[in-house]
Amino acid sequence: MSALAISGAIEAGLLFSLVALGVYLSFRVLNFPDLTVDGSFPLGAAAAAVAIVNGVDPFLATALATFAGASAGFVSGFLNVRFRILNLLAGILTMVALYSINLRVMGRPNISLYGEATIFTPFEKWFDFGIWTTSIVLFVIALGMKVLVDWFLGTQVGLALRASGENPVMARAQSVSNDRMTLIGMTLSNALVGLAGALFAQSQGMADVSIGIGTIVTGLAALIIGETLLGSTKVVLATLGCLIGAVLYRFFIAAALSVGFLGIQAQDLNLVTAVVVAIAVVLSQARRNSRFKLWPKLRRALLTVQPQKG
Amino acid sequence: MLNVCDAYITFNPGTPLAVPALRGVDLDIEEGEFVTIIGTNGAGKSTLLSAVAGDVRLDRGGIYIDGHDVTSFPTEQRAAMIGRVFQEPRLGTCSSLTVEENLALAMSRGGRRSMRSALGRGRERRKLAEQVSRLGMGLEGRLGSLAGTLSGGQRQALSLLMATLLPMKILILDEHTAALDPGAAATVLDLSAEIAGEQKLTTLMVTHSMRNSLDYGTRTIMMNAGRVLLDIHGEERKGYDVPDLLDLFKESTGSAVEDDQLVLA
Repeated sequence: MSALAISGAIEAGLLFSLVALGVYLSFRVLNFPDLTVDGSFPLGAAAAAVAIVNGVDPFLATALATFAGASAGFVSGFLNVRFRILNLLAGILTMVALYSINLRVMGRPNISLYGEATIFTPFEKWFDFGIWTTSIVLFVIALGMKVLVDWFLGTQVGLALRASGENPVMARAQSVSNDRMTLIGMTLSNALVGLAGALFAQSQGMADVSIGIGTIVTGLAALIIGETLLGSTKVVLATLGCLIGAVLYRFFIAAALSVGFLGIQAQDLNLVTAVVVAIAVVLSQARRNSRFKLWPKLRRALLTVQPQKG
Repeated sequence: MLNVCDAYITFNPGTPLAVPALRGVDLDIEEGEFVTIIGTNGAGKSTLLSAVAGDVRLDRGGIYIDGHDVTSFPTEQRAAMIGRVFQEPRLGTCSSLTVEENLALAMSRGGRRSMRSALGRGRERRKLAEQVSRLGMGLEGRLGSLAGTLSGGQRQALSLLMATLLPMKILILDEHTAALDPGAAATVLDLSAEIAGEQKLTTLMVTHSMRNSLDYGTRTIMMNAGRVLLDIHGEERKGYDVPDLLDLFKESTGSAVEDDQLVLA
């Protein structure tokens, strides 16, 4: 693997760690299987790219893209809580609508940012680590967002959000409005994804309507790898898992591509991702399901924390 | 204090599966009364509690707390005035939150939740720890443990503390000891009576045990087929024993109590 391939994998991994954080908020904390992500990721990219080519400051453009992602999440949440549309369907509807909206936002299927100033430009002037500069900036952003999510989930609102996702009956009895929590969680989740899209466009130098395909699956893959490594009981570990999982995942993909493992090529990426997620889900279910006698020792070790009797 | 006026609820109305759950319940409960509610399965006890808590809307009638009409309030809005402990220990607490986080969630009940750290400062945290140790359930050393790792009795005690942590008006206990083993059930029941007495809480407790319905509280209500069958309190209640309740039931309904659990408990 060349240094360029490695730095590219780390960049992509850090970008997708933001998606993984968003997916963690919706899928895990809120218990809302949100497919909006496949639309809000390219929406963030499109919004940032259009703003930048029209002379908007890249930082403001990134903020706009984040806001656009947040709005998309709000729409999915609103469809669910106001009209009681099934959460899965609400996300799919927004995702499908966003495909058209993204084309409208960009006015054409793709926009190149070649030669434009991005949020990485000023950092390239301050310090120069060659091909690693973008990775360093992305690492700081990803770490910052992880800390922000940790902090938020420890506030009074954050705690209410966690309770609402896990035990809506109890949350209501503690005066938590589950509908409001769904809106807040979905908005924040997709804000992160929109931000990821904006950073993707700026680090890759282009936005394209088709970059959203498979975003959710990649985010899930990162989330599940993180959970497998660090567990999911503690928020700080789960969010750290999103970062590590995403980077590892992209790293493995890059490695597989570079050595020509099983003849995998770039166009097979979504197939590989889907297979990896399917296997990971099956394995994590097998671990919980006593009918599977897979690695009995490991299972016992994992299941030692059991509710006591009495 | 709590008034339920002419309450009617029918589940699945207009279908062959229609079940009339409440058929004209009138109740006036004074401040500080501890009401035990008893009745056979399907008598409407739990539906009555759900209606007071806001989980089920009335088809007809009204619910008033301190003279305020709360009939149209959703559950989360009534939660400022009502503390609840559920039958199922898993329902009243959040498994993936720690004991302390569960309590912190209850500390902000009824108020506006802000972006402040939920666990609060050292002094607030010590105060919470003090409350927990008063329960005497061995929870004081486990503030950082996930609620999912507690025993059923510990979870119900935690749930009870969460329900009564803040000043409020009505405590609802929906067969909250039914899922516990006899020892833990007795402990939690005594704890409930102690806290309710100390804070002079207006309490509604559904129980399956005729014995408990007379031993605890200040007033006993027996329900049958969605109506209040019997309502005894004060001096009159002191003379009652389990066989009297059974006789009264037979007298008013023309049939003996068939619910084994109700008689034996």
